[in-house]
Amino acid sequence: MNNLISKAKELLEGKAVHVVIGYEAGPTGVARPAFITDPSGADMLIYDDRCVQNLAVYLTKPEVKSLGRMAIVANLPVMRSIMMLISEQQLFAESIVVLGISDKGDLLDIADIQVMQAYIEKSDLSNPARDREPLTALNKLSPGERFSYWQKELSRCIKCYACRQACPMCYCTRCTVEVNQPQWIPVQSNTLGNMEWHILRAMHLAGRCISCGECGRSCPVGIPCHLLTMHLVDQVHDYFNIYAGTSDKMSSVLSTFEPNDKESFII
Amino acid sequence: MEATRKLIRRQSLEKLYNALSETRKIYAPVMAEDKQITYCYNPSFAEVTFDHIRSTMSPKNVLFPKVENLFYYTNEKTESVISVLDLNKIPEVVLWGAHPCDAAAIDVLRSIFCWEIKDEFFAKRLEKLVVIGLSCHQSDEYCFCTSTGLAPDSKNGSDILLSRLQGGDYQAEILTEKGQSIVDSLPDLFEPVTGEQVVITEVKQKFDHRKVTEKLATSFEHPFWVSNSLRCIGCGACAYLCPTCACFDIQDETAGRKGRRYRSWDSCGFGLFTLHTSGHNPRSVQSQRWRQRIMHKFSYMPERNESLGCVGCGRCSSGCPVDMNIAEQLAALQNI
Repeated sequence: MNNLISKAKELLEGKAVHVVIGYEAGPTGVARPAFITDPSGADMLIYDDRCVQNLAVYLTKPEVKSLGRMAIVANLPVMRSIMMLISEQQLFAESIVVLGISDKGDLLDIADIQVMQAYIEKSDLSNPARDREPLTALNKLSPGERFSYWQKELSRCIKCYACRQACPMCYCTRCTVEVNQPQWIPVQSNTLGNMEWHILRAMHLAGRCISCGECGRSCPVGIPCHLLTMHLVDQVHDYFNIYAGTSDKMSSVLSTFEPNDKESFII
Repeated sequence: MEATRKLIRRQSLEKLYNALSETRKIYAPVMAEDKQITYCYNPSFAEVTFDHIRSTMSPKNVLFPKVENLFYYTNEKTESVISVLDLNKIPEVVLWGAHPCDAAAIDVLRSIFCWEIKDEFFAKRLEKLVVIGLSCHQSDEYCFCTSTGLAPDSKNGSDILLSRLQGGDYQAEILTEKGQSIVDSLPDLFEPVTGEQVVITEVKQKFDHRKVTEKLATSFEHPFWVSNSLRCIGCGACAYLCPTCACFDIQDETAGRKGRRYRSWDSCGFGLFTLHTSGHNPRSVQSQRWRQRIMHKFSYMPERNESLGCVGCGRCSSGCPVDMNIAEQLAALQNI
């Protein structure tokens, strides 16, 4: 942690960056995002088990970007999100400094994208251990039981879109649900409309989700909606042998077509 | 009417609950499997919790449902035939066990929905609502009712306010004619008070809402808004959990020639909320939306509706995925 603080200070003092995006402890002890623009503020930075939010979501927010060149405290999910954002041309690799944090909480020396890629490649990229059990349990259900499970869970959705807003990959400035001519997805919160929204969200993240679980963590009513996207992480890996966020040149799994694809129905 | 105090034994509460449920729907807090506190209709008395600090969602759904049909229509060639809803079908409901913050929120909602034009849906639901409030014997670090001019035993909004006595029975304060008529219909359940003390939690004051309102009048352009809202991700959780947020969207949903118009909760935290047809958005960035949220509750509402738009329940902060702690921010704001 001291290494992180001194590195952040060094970057800010040397004007290498204008803002360091990291974590601080709020008054209730909850870790939350912090935007440090002054070297003296770097002492507030923390990194421990409480620091779970995926900070990469801020890399595409206009008011954060307007602060200037950014450094970001990046654990594995953040690093993978950065790879996806670069792949999808939402971020220039040169525009940020990555303060990588290892799974043991140590500061990594991430000099460039290649170093980051090497670190990601040697990490465990499958879904987090805590989520494997519920995923397996859901897979064991019959399709009817699984449908009932999600119907019950998603009927509680209040359409606050915290799941979308918390996701670094949901960077669209106008989401499909906000297109109202025609209105693709019902505005109201009801079971059918909620299911349409969550299925749409999951499908848009297929092959792009990096298993941070931020959507489920952010849900104020506790719907485990991260299990939907994480299930697709497993599916994409099974079918295509791909994990998202492993390089800065990822092509989109569900919208890339090649003449030698085994399916004959598109080309 | 003048408030009167009675004693109601723990075992009589169940009788009261069951008697009320014979003629009315009851909306009461229960603890779900995942430990979340949820208000639901007609749970059995055994399921109802008396020990919760706050429900995840506020009970405002009982007066301002998250989705409410306004009318149905059929399109016939060149005209539409409207069929209005019979509001008299709105049922009599008892809001049971609402903490004083949530009961006081009803007054705030009324100041919005019955401001100049009376919202007939809201007004009818309110007319048919009885509120059995429950004082707080416990609180947590997110509670700040005392900063908004309320207290853990405030009477605003309740028809009868229950407060736990040291021995486990309850004191019932009968506050309105509605409350009195319930007591009159079940006289055996209510006994004279004994002088036993009520157990009320202490909630520390975090800011002075008068100072906040005064400060807001001159701080519209202050850099505070940007620096304190950088972490806001722009979801609607705070507005939807809030017991006083009253904004709604109106939509038509048509299938073939038939359809309905409904309203559903909306949030000023969304970019789409103020997006004009021209493409211009007067609140184009999140700091402007966060400022609007605070300004509306602590500046515009005191000025126009003569009520503060916040009751200090703390849900916006406890439910925020990025710890936008409103009490902390207002405490800082009053001193900038």
